[in-house]
Amino acid sequence: MSVQIEESPTTDGDVITNYTINFGPQHPAAHGVLRMIMELDGEVIERVDPHVGLLHRGTEKLIEQKTYLQALPYFDRLDYCSPLCQEHSYVLAIEKLLNIEVPERAQYLRVLFAELTRICNHMLNIGAHVMDVGAMTPNLWVFELREDCLNFFERASGARMHSAWFRPGGVHQDVPEKLLVDIGDWLDNRFFQLFDDAMSLVVDNRIFKQRNVDIAVVGRDDAIAWGFSGPMIRAAGIPWDLRKSQPYDVYDRMEFDIPVGTNSDCYDRFMVRLAEVRESAKIIKQCIRDMPQGPIASTDGKVSPPKRGEMKQSMESLIHHFKLYTEGFHVPAGEVYVATESPKGEFGVYLVSDGTNKPYRCKIRPTAFSHLQAMDMMSKGHMLPDATAILGAIDVVFGECDR
Amino acid sequence: MSAVLHSAPKYASNEGVMDALCEAVSVWLDHAEEAHGEIILTVKRDAIADVLQILRDDHSYQQMMEIAGADYPERAERFEVVYMLLSLTKNHRIMVKCSTDETTPVPSITGLWPNAGWLEREVFDMYGVVFTGNSDLRRILTDYGFEGHPFRKDFPMTGYTELRYSEEEKRVVYEPVELPQDMRTFDFLSPWEGSDYVLPGDEKADEPAPAPEPEIEEAEEKPPVDGVEFDIEEGDDT
Repeated sequence: MSVQIEESPTTDGDVITNYTINFGPQHPAAHGVLRMIMELDGEVIERVDPHVGLLHRGTEKLIEQKTYLQALPYFDRLDYCSPLCQEHSYVLAIEKLLNIEVPERAQYLRVLFAELTRICNHMLNIGAHVMDVGAMTPNLWVFELREDCLNFFERASGARMHSAWFRPGGVHQDVPEKLLVDIGDWLDNRFFQLFDDAMSLVVDNRIFKQRNVDIAVVGRDDAIAWGFSGPMIRAAGIPWDLRKSQPYDVYDRMEFDIPVGTNSDCYDRFMVRLAEVRESAKIIKQCIRDMPQGPIASTDGKVSPPKRGEMKQSMESLIHHFKLYTEGFHVPAGEVYVATESPKGEFGVYLVSDGTNKPYRCKIRPTAFSHLQAMDMMSKGHMLPDATAILGAIDVVFGECDR
Repeated sequence: MSAVLHSAPKYASNEGVMDALCEAVSVWLDHAEEAHGEIILTVKRDAIADVLQILRDDHSYQQMMEIAGADYPERAERFEVVYMLLSLTKNHRIMVKCSTDETTPVPSITGLWPNAGWLEREVFDMYGVVFTGNSDLRRILTDYGFEGHPFRKDFPMTGYTELRYSEEEKRVVYEPVELPQDMRTFDFLSPWEGSDYVLPGDEKADEPAPAPEPEIEEAEEKPPVDGVEFDIEEGDDT
C-alpha cells in the first residue's frame, strides 16, 4: 500500500494529520479489483471512497448487439461465483415478456440448481470471509465442497462455471437420474460432515468473533434506505427474501425458513449465510423428492429448439432449428423488471424489448452496487483491518458490480 | 389481460394500485400504463423527486432498488430515466420514469435515498444525463479521463480508443481503435419481413439489364441461395 502523507505528522509535536491511502486495486482482501481511497486518522477510517468500474466490460451494451439467446452466457460472467442465479433473472424476464409456460420439471431443475449455486457461492464467500480475518484452514475445506458443486454443474451442463444451462422456456438439457441421486447422497453423506467440521472452527472462535461482532452495524432503517437486499438486509432483522415473498418457478411449493440476524453486524451476515446453506440443502432435497418426469423446455417450437431426433424426421423442426439459431425468436415489445434472490441479494434485470430478436436495452441491477456504496457509511469510525471484514461480509464480486 | 403462463416472480396484485397511485400524483402524471404485469408511471421531469417522495412516504414504497437509463434517439427528449421502487410492506413493485435530453438536468433524489448517488452517477456516466443536486456526479464505471457516454445508441460498440502497455514508454498508452476487420453485424431478420434497406444485389433490379448476357447475371445470383440450403443440411451446432 502506498502511503501518501499530505503534511508531515511530526510538524508541531502533537498535531497528527489525517492521511490518505489506496486500498487496492490489487489487494487480496479487496475480492477483485476494488480501489478504495481511505482517509485515515491514525488507524481509524474517517472516509472511504470506493472506486469501482475497473472491471467494466460494457456487458449491457454487448447484450444489445446479440439475440436474446446469444446474450444469455454474458450473465454467467457477471457474478462468476453464482452463474446460474444470474441466468435465472434473465430467462424469467424473457419468459415474462413472452408469457410462455415452463414445464414443471424444468422449474424444479432450475430451483434445484439455483440452490446448488447458492451453496456454491456461499462456500466461496464464507471461506473468503474467514480468510480475510485471518483463518486459513476452513477456506481450504469449503473449497473442497465448492469443487463438488462445480462437478455437479459440469455433469448437468458440460461446463464447470459458465454453464449457460437455463434457457428461455426451460433448461438446455435434462439431467441423468444418477446425477440427482448423487446430489442427494452428497448432501446426506458428505456435505454436512465437512461443512460442520469447517464451521466448528470459526463460529465460536474467539478471534473470529472479535473481528466481526459489532463491526459495521447497520440499523433497519439504514438498510432499507441504502437499498440493501439478500443476506445484508436479513442480517438487519428484516425477513425479506424474494424466494418467499415474490416466489418464482416452484419456490412457492418449497418449505424453507428465512434466517434473520439480530445485531446486523458482520458476524450476523456470516451466520445468516451459514443458515441459508442449510435451508438451500432442504430445498434441494425437496426438489429431488418431488421432481416430476416430463419435458424440460417449453413445447413452443418458436422459442425452444427441437430435439435432435425430431430434426432428422420433421421438416418443421428443421426450419425451427435453423430460424432459432440464426434469427432467434422475437419478443413482444414492452418492458419488465424481474428480480430474483441471487445468493448475494436482489439481482434484477430491466429488459426493454422493441419487438425484434435483440433486446433494445438490458439493464442489470447488480447486488454489490448498493452494498458497496454503503461502504463509507459502514466503515466510518472502524479500524483499518475491519475494512476487510466488512468487505468480506458484503460478499462483493466485481464481475457483477462493474458489469 | 390474458392468463399468466410464465413463472416469473409473483408479487401482490396490481388491482386498484394504478388508480390509487395515479390519483396521488395526478398533477405531475403524463402517462400511466400497465403492461406485462408491470405498472409504469411516466411523470414530469421536474417533479420526479416530489412524486417519488409521495410514493415513498404515503404509499410505502420504501426501497429504490435501481435507476436505469435508456436511449431513444428518435424522440425529442431522447433519454429515459427509470426508477424501480419496491414496497417491502405491500410486497409490490412499480416503475416510475421521466424523460430528458442531453442538456436538461433531472432533479437528484439523493435526498430521498442515499443509494441514488451511485445509480445517478452511473446514468450520468453511461448516458450523459445530468442530475441537479447530486453533489458527487463523477464518472463511475468508465476509465479515469474517459470521454463520451458509451451506452448512447450513437456510440459505437468498439469505442474510440484502445489501450495497451507500451514496453518503450513503460506505461499504458491510449490509441485510436484499429480493427483488423470490420465490425461484423449480421441481419437475421427475414428479408421479406423487416428490412428497410436495399439487399446487396437488389439495386440491379431497377437498372435496365445489359442486353447481351441476362442469363449469366441470374446464374450469379443463385449461389447464395444454394449456400443457405447447404448450411441447413450440414449445420449441427445445437
